[in-house]
Amino acid sequence: MSVAFDLTNLLPLFVAGPMGVAFIVSLVARLRRDRVLDVIAVVSALGLFTLAVMLVISGGAASLLWVGGWGNLSARGLLGIALHCDGLTRLVLAVVNLVAFFVAIFATDYIKRYTSPGLFYSLFFLMIAGMNGVVLAGDLFNLYVFLELASLCSYSLVAFGTRARQFEAAFKYLVLGSLSTLLVLTGIVLLYSFTGTLNLAQMTRELSAASAAHGGKLPAAAFLALGFFLAGFGLKSAMVPFHAWLPDAHPAAPAPVSAMLSGVLIKAVGAYAIIRIVFNVFGASPAVATILMVLGSLSMVVGVLCAFGQKDLKRLLAYSSISQMGYVILAFGIGCDVLARKGPQAVAELAVFGGLFHLVNHATFKSLLFLTAGSIEHATGTRNLDELGGLSGRMPVTSWCCRIASLSISGVPPFSGFWSKLIIIIAAIQAGHWGLGVLAVAVSLLTLALFVKVQRAALGGATTEKTADAHESSPAMAMPMAALAAVVVAVGLLGFLCPPFRHAVFDPARDVVVRGVSVLSDVEIGSPK
Amino acid sequence: MIPYILCLALLAVGIYAMIAKKNVIKIILGLMIAEYAVNLLLVTVGYRNGGHVPILMAGETSEQFVRGSVDPLAQAVVLVSMITSLSVLLVSVALAVRIYQKYGTFDITEIRKLKG
Repeated sequence: MSVAFDLTNLLPLFVAGPMGVAFIVSLVARLRRDRVLDVIAVVSALGLFTLAVMLVISGGAASLLWVGGWGNLSARGLLGIALHCDGLTRLVLAVVNLVAFFVAIFATDYIKRYTSPGLFYSLFFLMIAGMNGVVLAGDLFNLYVFLELASLCSYSLVAFGTRARQFEAAFKYLVLGSLSTLLVLTGIVLLYSFTGTLNLAQMTRELSAASAAHGGKLPAAAFLALGFFLAGFGLKSAMVPFHAWLPDAHPAAPAPVSAMLSGVLIKAVGAYAIIRIVFNVFGASPAVATILMVLGSLSMVVGVLCAFGQKDLKRLLAYSSISQMGYVILAFGIGCDVLARKGPQAVAELAVFGGLFHLVNHATFKSLLFLTAGSIEHATGTRNLDELGGLSGRMPVTSWCCRIASLSISGVPPFSGFWSKLIIIIAAIQAGHWGLGVLAVAVSLLTLALFVKVQRAALGGATTEKTADAHESSPAMAMPMAALAAVVVAVGLLGFLCPPFRHAVFDPARDVVVRGVSVLSDVEIGSPK
Repeated sequence: MIPYILCLALLAVGIYAMIAKKNVIKIILGLMIAEYAVNLLLVTVGYRNGGHVPILMAGETSEQFVRGSVDPLAQAVVLVSMITSLSVLLVSVALAVRIYQKYGTFDITEIRKLKG
C-alpha cells in the first residue's frame, strides 16, 4: 500500500540531525579548514529550519511516533522512544530552529575571535539537539535526558571565552542548573511511582483517573511532584526568586550563544516544559494559576527594575529577558486561571495566544538585541554603556536593527512587542485581573524608558574614544541581523493583522494549550505500523 | 515509607551543601550527594519485597519474570541518570580546576567579579 509521505516520520531528524552534525564537525575540525566548518554549520541549520517550517505548514493532529517502530510490542507495556508532535511542538520547534539558523550565520564570523570553531559548533549543535529533544519528547525521562544535554552544552558554551569571569558565571550557572534538573528528576520519580509509567500520554490518563477517583482533585502525591516540576523548570526559565544565575551566565557567553540562551533556551527547556506539564499533563488548577501569575508578575517587575542600574549592555539585556519572560508566564497564568475557574473559553484562548505570541516575539527580538550587542562589542571592544556613543552614524545596519528590536521590546506600535503585550493586557482585564493589566502597562512603560536610555547611550550622542574608529561589521554578521529584524517586523504585523497566518501558525499551538489534558489522553498510543 | 523519607533527607543534605557551603569542591560534592539521593529514590521506588534482579533467568518465562523481578525500568533509568550525572561532574570539576587557575582559591566569597 502506498502511503502519502508523512512529515512526522522525519521527526527523529530534529534530534539525530544536529547530533550527527556535532560529530561530523568535530571530525572536520581536524582538517583546519574553517570555511568547510562554516558551510556545514549553516547548511545544516538551514536544513533544520526548513524542516521545521514544513512541519508547521503541514499541520495535522497530535500524534505519537515510536522511533524505530518499537512501540507497543505487546500488551505488557510500552518500550521504545516516543516522540510527541502537536501544534505547540511545531511552533516551538520552528522558533528554535529559526533563531538557530540566523545565529549560526552570525557565528561564522564572530567566532573567529576564539580559538576553536570546531568545538563551538559541536557544542552549539548538541545544544540544538537537546532543545529539539525536550520539545519533542513523548515521555518524561527522555525530556529529562535532553534537558540535561541542552543544559550541559550551555554550561560549557558560557565558559567558552575562557576568561576568569566566564568560568565564574559558568560555575554558578552549572550549580543552579544542575539543582533544577535534580528537582525535575525528583518530580519524575515521584510521578513514576504514583502512575507506574513515564509515557506522557499514559501518565495523563492515569492522573485523570486518579483525580476523578478523588472527586476532581489531584491527589497529594501528584501535587508534590508538580511542586518539584514548577521549582525545577522555574529555575530553568529564571523566574524571579530563581533568577540569580541568568544575569551572570547570559552576558558571559559569546554573543551568538547569549542570543541562543536568552532567545530560545529558557523558552524551550523552561517555559515550554512548564506549559506542557501544567496544562497537558496535570490540567489547569487554581493553585497553579496563582503560582504562575505571582511568578510572572514578580519577574516582570523585578527584572525591569534591576535592568535600570546596569552599565553593561548585555547584562541589561539579560535582566530585561527575565522581565519579558514574566509577561509570557503571566499570560499562561491568566489562561490557567480562566480554565480552572471554567470561565469563558474565549478569554483563556486570548490569554494563551498572547503568551505564545509574546514567546515567539521575544525569541526573535531578544536574540536580535544580543546579536547587535555582539556586533557593537566586536567593533568597539566594549559593551559598557558609558564608553559607547555615536554609533548610529558609524554602524548603520547594527543601529537600525538595534532600533527595531528596541521598539519591539518596549511595545511601540506597530512593532511586534506592542501587539503581544496588548493582547496579554486585554486578556488580563477580560479575566477580571485589573491589577495585573495595569502592572503590565506600567512595566511596558518602564521598558520603553530603559531602551530609550540604551539608544541614547549607545547610538546617539558624540563618538567616544572607543567608538571613534568603529566601523560596520562584516556582511556575514550584518546580514543575519537585518534578516532577523525583517522577521521581527513581519511576525509582529502578520501575527496580529493577518488572520490566515495566525490560523496556520498560532492557533494549533493555542488549541493544544487550551484543550488541556484531553490532548495527551486522546493521542493514539499504539503503533499502527 | 522510611526508605523514601531517608532518600529525601539525603537529597536535602545534598541541596544544603550546594547552597550553604563556601568551597567550590564542597559544592560539587553536595551536588553529587543530591544526585545519588535521587538515584537511590528511583531504585527504592522500583523495589519489591523479595524480588530478584531484573535479568531474565534461564528457563524463566516472561510471566514468571514479571511476577518475580524488581522493576527493570527504574534500574534502566538509574543507569542513564548516572551517566548524565557523571558528565555534569566532569564539567563541574573541569570548571573548578580552571577557576582555581584563574583566581588562586576555591572560596566562593573571594570569587566575585560579577556583581549587580
